[in-house]
Amino acid sequence: MNIRSQVSMVFHLDKCIGCHTCSVACKNVWTDRKGADYMWWNNVETKPGTGYPTKWEDQEQYRGGWEKNGDEPIHIKSTGKARVVPNIFHNPHMPSMDDYYEPWTYDYQNLFNAEEGSDQPIAKPISMITGEDIEIEAGPNWDDDLGGSKIYAANDPNLKGLSEQQRLQLSSVERLVLFYLPRICNHCLNPCCVASCPSGALYKRGEDGIVLIDQKKCRAWRSCVAACPYKKTYFNWFTGKSEKCILCFPRLETGQAPACFHSCVGRIRYLGVLLYDADRLEDVANLPDEELVNGHRSLILDPHDPEVVRKAQSAGIPDGVIESAQQSPVYKFVMDWKIALPPHIEYRTLPMLFYVPPMSPVIADFENGLASHKMQGLFHGIDESRMPMQYFANLFGGGHEGVVRYAMGKQLAVRWHRRAETVGDVDRATADKFLREADCSLEEAEAIYKLTSLCTFEDRFVIPPMYREQAIEMIKEPGEHKAETGFGFVGGPQRGL
Amino acid sequence: MSQHFFDQFLFVALPYVCLFTFFLMTIYRYRAQSFSYSSLSSQFLENKHHFWAVVPFHYGILIVTAGHFLAFLIPRQLLAWNSVPWRLFVLEISALAFGILTIIGLAGVIVRRMSSSKVRMVTTPTDWILFLMLLVQTVSGVSIALFYPWGSSWFATNMTPYLWSILKLSPDVSFVAAMPWLIKLHVVLAFLTIGFFPFTRLVHVLVIPNPYLWRKPQVVRWYGRK
Repeated sequence: MNIRSQVSMVFHLDKCIGCHTCSVACKNVWTDRKGADYMWWNNVETKPGTGYPTKWEDQEQYRGGWEKNGDEPIHIKSTGKARVVPNIFHNPHMPSMDDYYEPWTYDYQNLFNAEEGSDQPIAKPISMITGEDIEIEAGPNWDDDLGGSKIYAANDPNLKGLSEQQRLQLSSVERLVLFYLPRICNHCLNPCCVASCPSGALYKRGEDGIVLIDQKKCRAWRSCVAACPYKKTYFNWFTGKSEKCILCFPRLETGQAPACFHSCVGRIRYLGVLLYDADRLEDVANLPDEELVNGHRSLILDPHDPEVVRKAQSAGIPDGVIESAQQSPVYKFVMDWKIALPPHIEYRTLPMLFYVPPMSPVIADFENGLASHKMQGLFHGIDESRMPMQYFANLFGGGHEGVVRYAMGKQLAVRWHRRAETVGDVDRATADKFLREADCSLEEAEAIYKLTSLCTFEDRFVIPPMYREQAIEMIKEPGEHKAETGFGFVGGPQRGL
Repeated sequence: MSQHFFDQFLFVALPYVCLFTFFLMTIYRYRAQSFSYSSLSSQFLENKHHFWAVVPFHYGILIVTAGHFLAFLIPRQLLAWNSVPWRLFVLEISALAFGILTIIGLAGVIVRRMSSSKVRMVTTPTDWILFLMLLVQTVSGVSIALFYPWGSSWFATNMTPYLWSILKLSPDVSFVAAMPWLIKLHVVLAFLTIGFFPFTRLVHVLVIPNPYLWRKPQVVRWYGRK
């Protein structure tokens, strides 16, 4: 057993209101240089929708992640070792700026400098790359709120396996449904970007598992951009270096939550440490699709188990980090309650950002111009949910409904339980029946409710001590260290000659 | 007399200045500004014509350059190979083919950089100078192959001794002084390119990612541990 610690995350989608505050916070903190303008280390997508970059989940097109053929061990789907040499001049699966968008600004000076005329002067959009006039055709949240759209939502790769009727239902006017999917780098356990980097510039920090790009070693071979199935490594077209989300590690190291977590209006984000067994990574990454979610969970170790604690100590994990793991909200969501699930586990990168799937709005039907509830009782069952289970299964269950059904069922049971407690129009016996069916005790339901609805800052973010006194910058030139960890540069991000 | 002085300047002084600049500045730049070592790929900005320009150019120029190095390092074996006519023809024709491939690729690279407004924004004056140098160099190289055939043999007998004399610090220009002006141009431009090398994007040749093929897929860095 080789125990390591990982700073992990949960996004509670039932609470996300799609306000993009996280994206704005991230941009304000980290986008200070040319070439980074189009990068959205944090973005919020509308689902069903095509996302950013457009249709990133379509791995037939982008060929991101790991591929498993039969009994063979997994290999990188885009350019692994065997294919890196012939593909180094031209990466066949590299997305181009057209798949994202051309960043633009506006010619504000024209408002002041325009010749006097009969019309109001306007600020025309201009490209941030060429400075030329631009026709705006795409943006980072171009299909925002366009659930049901034939152009955007209908092209969502997660609609695979849905019946014709289910697809129609998703776009029919009165039953149209959408939810939001905020995304950052998943800081995976088996990161495809790291494994694909010919220069060895990408790495995972041993102490906390944050995945970073060494700006001094990156040589712009672009393999990581093609390899990351979540498209969360971005190519800086100006400096010729790849960049990605750094999980605000300079903030974490000073005990602050990352900017997107800190600013989250819906309080959907949780952060905490998980202990895992690095020796079993390879075995788990090679499991069949349907076993991946549970296999991924089996990597995560119980921080309350004395045996695990003893081994973690002997592996050099500080007591402060172990204590932090014992209070981790992420452990509760992922392991105790099993209601948080990894996104697209079938890409086999073993992401360490987990999502609590959202409950759909209550279904009502129109009859004679009046909205009416069709189902028995107060809340509809998960199968009557507007968003078909298969859709969630494609997104969070590797295509398999079981784990998603369990997570949704438990959330529904908590709703019944709280309704019985607070409003009282549901009798206790009904609530208990739902709890029993959802494999949820009364205490567990209360705990889920508390950490979901009444969570304070301290409940949501259990940031481990980062032991900066052991950190490498103590013995190294700080500017140089900054460059190696993917932010800041010695003497500015100057492009090579 | 002036011809002699001219040859001494072009084929002794200039090569040493260029080689010295190459070694000094390449090492200095790597140590002082390793951030600037990048292939500066523009595939992200323009992906439609990228393949048809960049791939032929790279395969062409790498193979042609490798051929020059072979003739420099193993002249005897090369002459032995060329002693049978059909083997000479095969070698010469493939060298010519890859030379032409380089020109086609380089022309593609230049046209692509001029026609795409986005790629033009990330093309520096240094790049344009370099493209011009490489274009003249490849065109003169292919012309030499056409007008002064069997270069694989005469390179081994005449150019290799000259190049070694430079490296051994006892320069002997007698071989190269007798060459036609086209070949002299090619030699001078080769040294100029070497001298210009550390100031251009060409440095990415030196950071070819060879350890990748042998390293473990995942990379982990620890504070204190290795």
